[in-house]
Amino acid sequence: MVITGVGLVSCFGEGLEGHLNALENPPPPTTDLAGYPVHSLAVIEFDKQIPKKELRQMEGWQKIGVYAAGLALDMAGLKADSERLSQMHMIVAAGGGERDLTADSLILNGLQSTTEKGVYLNDKLASELRPTLFLAQLSNLLAGNISIVHGVTGSSRTFMGEEQAGVDAVDTAFKRIKANQGECFLVGGSYNAERLDIILHYVMGGVLHKGDYKAIDRLGMILGSVGAFLVVESREHAVARGATILSEILHVASNQINRETEFLEKSLSDLLSKVEVNKNTVVFSNSSFEKVTNEAEKKALNALNLPIQHLALAIGSSMEAAFPAAIALATLNLQNAPSKEILITNVGHYRGEAVALVKAAS
Amino acid sequence: MKKKQVVVTGYGVITSLGEGVKDNWAKLIKGESGIHRITRFPIEGLKTTIAGTVDFIEKDPIAPELTREMALRAGLEAITMSNIGSKANFPGPLFLGMPPVELEWRQRGEIASKINGEIDYATLIKQAESGNYKPYHQLFLFAQIGEKLKASFGTKGAPVSMSTACATGATAIQMAVEAIRRGETDAALAIGTDGSASQESLIRFSLLSALSTRNEDPTKASRPFSKDRDGFVMAEGAAALVLESLESAKSRGATILGVIEGCGEMADNFHRTRSSPDGKPIIGCMMNALKDAGITADKIDYVNAHGTSTPENDRMEFQGMSHIFGASLPHLPVSSNKSMVGHTLSAAGAIEAVFSLLTMQNSVIPPTINYETPDPLVGLDVVPNVARAQQVRRVLSSSFGFGGQNVSLVLGREV
Repeated sequence: MVITGVGLVSCFGEGLEGHLNALENPPPPTTDLAGYPVHSLAVIEFDKQIPKKELRQMEGWQKIGVYAAGLALDMAGLKADSERLSQMHMIVAAGGGERDLTADSLILNGLQSTTEKGVYLNDKLASELRPTLFLAQLSNLLAGNISIVHGVTGSSRTFMGEEQAGVDAVDTAFKRIKANQGECFLVGGSYNAERLDIILHYVMGGVLHKGDYKAIDRLGMILGSVGAFLVVESREHAVARGATILSEILHVASNQINRETEFLEKSLSDLLSKVEVNKNTVVFSNSSFEKVTNEAEKKALNALNLPIQHLALAIGSSMEAAFPAAIALATLNLQNAPSKEILITNVGHYRGEAVALVKAAS
Repeated sequence: MKKKQVVVTGYGVITSLGEGVKDNWAKLIKGESGIHRITRFPIEGLKTTIAGTVDFIEKDPIAPELTREMALRAGLEAITMSNIGSKANFPGPLFLGMPPVELEWRQRGEIASKINGEIDYATLIKQAESGNYKPYHQLFLFAQIGEKLKASFGTKGAPVSMSTACATGATAIQMAVEAIRRGETDAALAIGTDGSASQESLIRFSLLSALSTRNEDPTKASRPFSKDRDGFVMAEGAAALVLESLESAKSRGATILGVIEGCGEMADNFHRTRSSPDGKPIIGCMMNALKDAGITADKIDYVNAHGTSTPENDRMEFQGMSHIFGASLPHLPVSSNKSMVGHTLSAAGAIEAVFSLLTMQNSVIPPTINYETPDPLVGLDVVPNVARAQQVRRVLSSSFGFGGQNVSLVLGREV
């Protein structure tokens, strides 16, 4: 399937201009959250894509996604095409929205000094939580907001599952387009890494890199705020409406082994064996730098002997947004290097492994 | 190009009515309600003190665990019924409709209890560095439930987990149908599950004034299409369907329990929780389902409604159906299972699909109970209070979600 629009926001800023040299000597993360480095989002004027009235209903995660979706629709020349937008299919990879950390802390402190914890919780949750916060948290409301702000209403599906959800979104569009189950899709994801509730989650698992920034030899994830959306279509649909084709996805495939009982290196090698690479192929890896998975991916890729660029070093690890972001970066990269082909690897820090092949427009 | 036919060869269900198809169906046609006073957590100070929680599996559940356990039991019932594959070896992918999950107050409180001094996220994180809460990282990943179910069922490839609010269960079925139609697989397991009723989730809905506060008589609170309906009753449950291509089912001599003839969807962008007053997305969604099934509206014998018992939905749904069915609507039976099992959220679309299949198999339409005061603005034959014996060849089952995600399914009794 072909890509006709790309929307990408990250610590580098937005779009092609922002990400032109992102992968060459990327700077270290600039934000520290409770001791954990995070690639925080560049300053973005959200109201360039989102009316102030709608912005007020959203927290960071939704703002990032709705903004990136707008950029993609702009680039694809669909922003003002209300007819096509009303028939466009949307698949969003989403986690969940921001908790009210102040309310949580207040409640936790209060719980320590009360015996009637259940009753206390009832009382405080009802009085401390802003009623509409729920709508800023609900996983499928990122898609809901994209429908409201940008008018995409053909269909709307939200996939969950961290890194693999981003793969599923792209993969489902890929398969449906191939089988004539849809012609034009908006797919992507959003991730706000600047959240202490998220840091807490991953610190519990001991999977984050802490303290001084280390480049490639670090042994843990550094998260990054990313919004990445793509407009993908069948070639026929793109050509018929006179769209500029930016790149083409030739192949998407994934698997999910149980890493306790099966071998990740083998699963990856099997996936890679089905991709046709050549001397112009470069690898864009979304490795999370989790030690064991990193080793397995390194070994599986060794056999191919291709140059590898690590996206997480530039924009951080961004869960649901990671795979769409890799495709977005690949597409932007190919604008200046049309003979290249980019092989993407997306190994989840915990589960799920995927590959994709992107080439320049032809 | 003729579409591949997708049939159902097994199903399973759990609700507040009980575990298993037999138990649920028996109670459904008797008009029994599973709604009760909440016992899972203290109810003092709550505006809504009733729900259709599933309490017979675990008294004090963690949401992802209960959600997974119900999906497991419903899935095993479906797989056993279909006699497909072999133990822990399901020959196809898993499409899992589930609720969002996150760290809960119990775990948060557990970490906080170890902190001396001011508790905030910085100190919680510091405490978490002890490594003592490692299992919670995995437990609250969105991918975790699908991963564990894949291990239990032996489904193929990465499970696809989805959430489209109240349409989730139907989306899972639609994804499975699409995968089979494009020849990617002969069989797929579609599950909708939701075990996320907690103090916080209940209060979140309560703050949006979405829930019924008719607490005095829990079984009478959910009253879809009634004039005095006042909101939905939060509930839990799970349903699983084994879907196969017709050829595959026939070639292995499977018993065909029904057909998914068509799936339709359409998104609404009017408002985050309310649907468009012109009804176009709801109408479009139902039309798409009929179109996908290749039938006209007159071929539908019964509508299994979304029917949440909110003042808004039931009226909008009636309006939408008026457009689709026109003059024949007053004579078309339309009932809501939610009157008995409550709104099972992420599971609803799947649970109600299973109940629709049972309706056709048994030629009995479950009632809309608690129908004492008809709404003159919603003139429907809701199959009031008592089940009705009737041949049903085709059902339209709809699920309309917060965030404007709408899905309708056309189910058929036989090929």
